Amino acid sequence: MTTEISLNDPMIVAGRSFNSRLMVGTGKYKDMAETQQAIEASGAEIVTVALRRTNIGQNPGEPNLLDVVSPEKYTILPNTAFCYTADEAVRTCRLARELLDGHDLVKLEVLGDDKTLYPNVTETLAAAETLIKDGFKVMVYTSDDPLVAKRLEEMGCVAVMPLGAPIGSGLGICNPNNIKLILENANVPIIVDAGVGTPSDATLAMELGCEGVLMNSAIAHAQNPVLMAQAMRKAVECGREGYLAGRMPRKSYATASSPMEGLIGSK
Amino acid sequence: MIRLTVNGESMQLYSANNLQELLDKLHLGAQRVAVEVNCEIIPRSLHAQTRVREGDRIEIVRAIGGG
Repeated sequence: MTTEISLNDPMIVAGRSFNSRLMVGTGKYKDMAETQQAIEASGAEIVTVALRRTNIGQNPGEPNLLDVVSPEKYTILPNTAFCYTADEAVRTCRLARELLDGHDLVKLEVLGDDKTLYPNVTETLAAAETLIKDGFKVMVYTSDDPLVAKRLEEMGCVAVMPLGAPIGSGLGICNPNNIKLILENANVPIIVDAGVGTPSDATLAMELGCEGVLMNSAIAHAQNPVLMAQAMRKAVECGREGYLAGRMPRKSYATASSPMEGLIGSK
Repeated sequence: MIRLTVNGESMQLYSANNLQELLDKLHLGAQRVAVEVNCEIIPRSLHAQTRVREGDRIEIVRAIGGG
């Protein structure tokens, strides 16, 4: 029989408490039903959405994402994906706040180019400044540069979200040392956003001490997205528990686990 | 008749006096959307009293899947 140790270990973002440390996107799923099932299986409480123009004159009755991912059940995190300037990102966040009845938590991402989808840091800093002045609570996607991460924290971002690898690449945490450097100086939640491909990538992010992981493609592009969502939920919990438990020290040589004393045939 | 640009598309309108009527005409009246007129957000509570005018550039957005 196993007895589970229950942890009271919520993630706190912008003064709000969340039981799940896995945040998920809603893009790239086959259909709304799969989106809903995968999000359910992930256990995520924070769910990202994008903002786009409505179709004019086409499919007026098509299902609305917010009917499937209800703002009453989930904390909706509108993103600024495919914004390339601070102005576009700020405009998108303001529209999101109107769309979601005054909801002020946003995921800021200002991209630099199409090929890498790497963050444009100067535009990100400019957008963050405007948004924070305007009362937004900004969770910011950024590069894994420790100095930029610190600067964003000092400006008042409520969470700093360095990439593990380029968006949608599934390459994992390419530079764990940078994530460690960011964590050493951080006083706000550090959340790995982008790059995770496998459950072990998510576990590694959590073992490093990140407060959470945000992902979309790793689940949506899996062969079985719903099963992968469940695996990611466990992986994030697993990594968090491992982090809290504290790993054994690394040693260069072997240390026996069994005692040397009482060995048969000894004197 | 007035001419508008809605989500980048030109549109001629014969009978819509305000934003709410425009949204209804586009079958978006009951949907969760956010609206900008000439780059200014018009809160939902003001849709019915915001007149649409010749040359207005209107953006209507909704939430879709994204990461």
